[in-house]
Amino acid sequence: MQTTFPRLMLKHAAERPGAPALREKEYGIWQTTHWADLSRLVESVACGLHQAGLQRGEHMVVVGSNRPRLYATMLAAQSLGAIPVPLYQDAAAAECVFPITNAEVRFCVVEDQEQVDKMLEVREKCPQLSHIYYDDPRGLRKYTEDGLGALEELIAAGGVFAKQHPQFFAEEVEKAHYTDVAAMFFTSGTTGNPKGVVHTHSSLIDRADAGAEFDKLTNSEDVLAYMPPAWIGQNIFSYAQWLVCGYVVNCPESAATVTIDLKEIGPTYYFAPPRVFEGMLTSVMIRMEDAGSFKRKMFHYFMGVAKKVGPALMDGHSVGLTDRLVYALGNWMVYGPLRNNLGFSRVRVAYTAGEAIGPDLFTFFRSIGVNIKQLYGSTETAVFVCLQPDNEARADTVGVPCKGVEIKVAENGEIMVKSPGLLKGYYKNPEATAEVLTPDGWYHTSDAGFIDSHGHLKIIDRVKDVGRIHGGANDGAMFAPKYVENKLKFFPHIKEVVAYGDQREKVCVMLNIDFDAVGNWAERRNLPYAGYTDLAQKPEVYQLIKECVEKVNADLAEDALLAGSQVSRFLVLHKELDADDGELTRTNKVRRGFIAEKYKPLVDGLYEGKTEQYIETVVKFEDGRTGSVSATLKISDAKTFTPVKAAA
Amino acid sequence: MSKKIGDVILDVNNISLRFGGVKALTDISFNVREHEVRAIIGPNGAGKSSMLNCINGVYQPQEGSITFKGQTFDHMNSRQVAEMGIARTFQNLALFKGMSVIDNIMTGRNLRIKSNLFMQALRLGPAQREEEEHREFVEHIIDFLEIQAFRKTPVGQLPYGLQKRVDLGRALAMEPQVLLLDEPMAGMNMEEKQDMCRFILDVNDEFGSTIVLIEHDMGVVMDISDRVVVLDYGKKIGDGTPEEVRNNEEVISAYLGTSH
Repeated sequence: MQTTFPRLMLKHAAERPGAPALREKEYGIWQTTHWADLSRLVESVACGLHQAGLQRGEHMVVVGSNRPRLYATMLAAQSLGAIPVPLYQDAAAAECVFPITNAEVRFCVVEDQEQVDKMLEVREKCPQLSHIYYDDPRGLRKYTEDGLGALEELIAAGGVFAKQHPQFFAEEVEKAHYTDVAAMFFTSGTTGNPKGVVHTHSSLIDRADAGAEFDKLTNSEDVLAYMPPAWIGQNIFSYAQWLVCGYVVNCPESAATVTIDLKEIGPTYYFAPPRVFEGMLTSVMIRMEDAGSFKRKMFHYFMGVAKKVGPALMDGHSVGLTDRLVYALGNWMVYGPLRNNLGFSRVRVAYTAGEAIGPDLFTFFRSIGVNIKQLYGSTETAVFVCLQPDNEARADTVGVPCKGVEIKVAENGEIMVKSPGLLKGYYKNPEATAEVLTPDGWYHTSDAGFIDSHGHLKIIDRVKDVGRIHGGANDGAMFAPKYVENKLKFFPHIKEVVAYGDQREKVCVMLNIDFDAVGNWAERRNLPYAGYTDLAQKPEVYQLIKECVEKVNADLAEDALLAGSQVSRFLVLHKELDADDGELTRTNKVRRGFIAEKYKPLVDGLYEGKTEQYIETVVKFEDGRTGSVSATLKISDAKTFTPVKAAA
Repeated sequence: MSKKIGDVILDVNNISLRFGGVKALTDISFNVREHEVRAIIGPNGAGKSSMLNCINGVYQPQEGSITFKGQTFDHMNSRQVAEMGIARTFQNLALFKGMSVIDNIMTGRNLRIKSNLFMQALRLGPAQREEEEHREFVEHIIDFLEIQAFRKTPVGQLPYGLQKRVDLGRALAMEPQVLLLDEPMAGMNMEEKQDMCRFILDVNDEFGSTIVLIEHDMGVVMDISDRVVVLDYGKKIGDGTPEEVRNNEEVISAYLGTSH
């Protein structure tokens, strides 16, 4: 589609002026903004910003949750040829300094007092930030800072300007070309400063359209927008696809009311990272534990049926008549009400992305009739690279390449993508751009993976983490630490795992048990324990974990590529890995190198074949004091399986 | 602070209150100016709640008078006080536990509902319109107090800090000119206290309500009050700005004891 976002909005406003575009719950009632209202609002904001001095090609920061007027502001900026830069609303002031300086931002539009305070703090370091507008005036009455103003007033002033210059807005919109820059998203780099990912109207619209076509989205979809708009996932689902399809985006009342709002809206198209689905499953399970015994029994019986029959039905396989009837009964008594309670009654398509999803979690939702699927993409690819077709959703793959995408696997196993949705480049960072974009238009995803026998893409790990087994029975086999770690972490009893094997003859892991889950398990078995360290070293717990490890090994053995990554030995750590001790990153990813050094005696013990190993470590308490923990840890062997060589 | 403190709106003159031989209050006088935050502090049993109860007509003092907006009364009458625009919250919460947050706050609109029981029961036109108006007002309070997520939750299921907020919401529903708060921060943790302080200051600021509050937490009182009255054993021992009260010898000895 060779068009721009403001033109798409004007098209909807012309074709379906009275159709709802946005809904926001306010004062307990869903208030609707129709396309015609939206168009007028955007015109006013654009005129107001123009009067205030916003220039074509200039960057403008938008910070806040999903609010109709902030959406209108992004559209207004784009109408003037300016580039909206959404920032995360929960970022600290210090984190906002780099993007604002980097993009030489003069204008920002924010949601409320909290964000105004942040921007005022940022302004001490970024004096060019001269215009700050806020949507919600609450608590801001006494602020007298220069350049601070209410969005309301900007809209009013812009409305007057628009009356005097009725052609201005339309002419500005016409000036834009579809290859112009539409928006910039900052990605949080794990090292160094974040990078501004530059996207054009054409890259975002093309991908939004490809996704919409894949799932046959129409203008009657309902979407609930509650993830940060600075995240490209939310931006694509509730902004780019919203304008491409013309469906309704619903903004929840507040972060606390999302579950209530979800139930009221009953979205037809839904998108969330795995942890949101996990939260839902947990709340269902907890509530079922509290339910009466009849209900509980009924639930568990029908969930058993669902697990067996549901996914097969959803994948379009044939199912026996009896199973079909029992499932229908279950649907009437359990699954339907459950879907309704979760707000999934009307969901046609639900996506999860961002991280790996556990098979049990994935199956739970599919078995109760929620069409949950996975997709693959990133900020740099404007999300849509691979999508799972309706009947082919799997927990361990991420789907088939969608329209316009070419995929190849480089020699080192890295996935390379060519697509109309690729970034234009990193802002003011040609070196970083050259690192990820080849001259002939391929993008380095830095993910290692392969295309399986059904044509689905399977992601294994980050390329830089993938190693090789050296020596021993599996010499030269591929070793993907995160893949192994994730497989183990999907067990509810295992909280953290760190796997070693690169340049070694076998794979060994150190892990943390989930204290709550295993504690609960121990209590039900009348197994006394005194704290984490004691519980972790119980022989019964080792047996429990051993079973998990061996299940993973059996699973890996069936995988031709990764059979060599089976875990030979493991130990349960005496303390929980913690970001305060530098063992995890702030986003809770294990820092393998650091842990290997810190727990060197343990790693050596694993590889030297010892059955136990003494360790002493320094721990940091929350108040900053340090202490030391010592323990003698057991090391256990796990059974490995001979690889089942797949025909693929 | 840009808010403008006006003239005296409530004037308490020489109030004495006795329960049989127990002297709860002895000759207490102080005034409250429009738009100010006025605190009454004192150790346990100093007579703080009794003072509040005299103002809103629960107790009838034996001596003294109370002047509200130019009208002087020997004693107040609860209903009349409410109609004149004085609302209060309670130390031990007096909410309807089984009713939802909305219904609880709605009860605060009671005095403003004009339609009679018959009209309401039959949901006749005017009654329904009126209910919608009141509901809208209540929704503004819910929004203000940020309790949207609990609209339909029975109050008894809410944590204590939130119940206190609902209690404040019900008082606000009366659109009071003067708001009496009886230990709004009692039993709260630090974060809840901070939230409550913000709400009290916002009410004072955005609704322009005059606030009289009783509080134990000295830090809170000193931070948010314009003027403070100190009671001890039913007698007034201090009155002034937080700074003045903090330096008052008698107050220090009442709170901290003296070394003789």
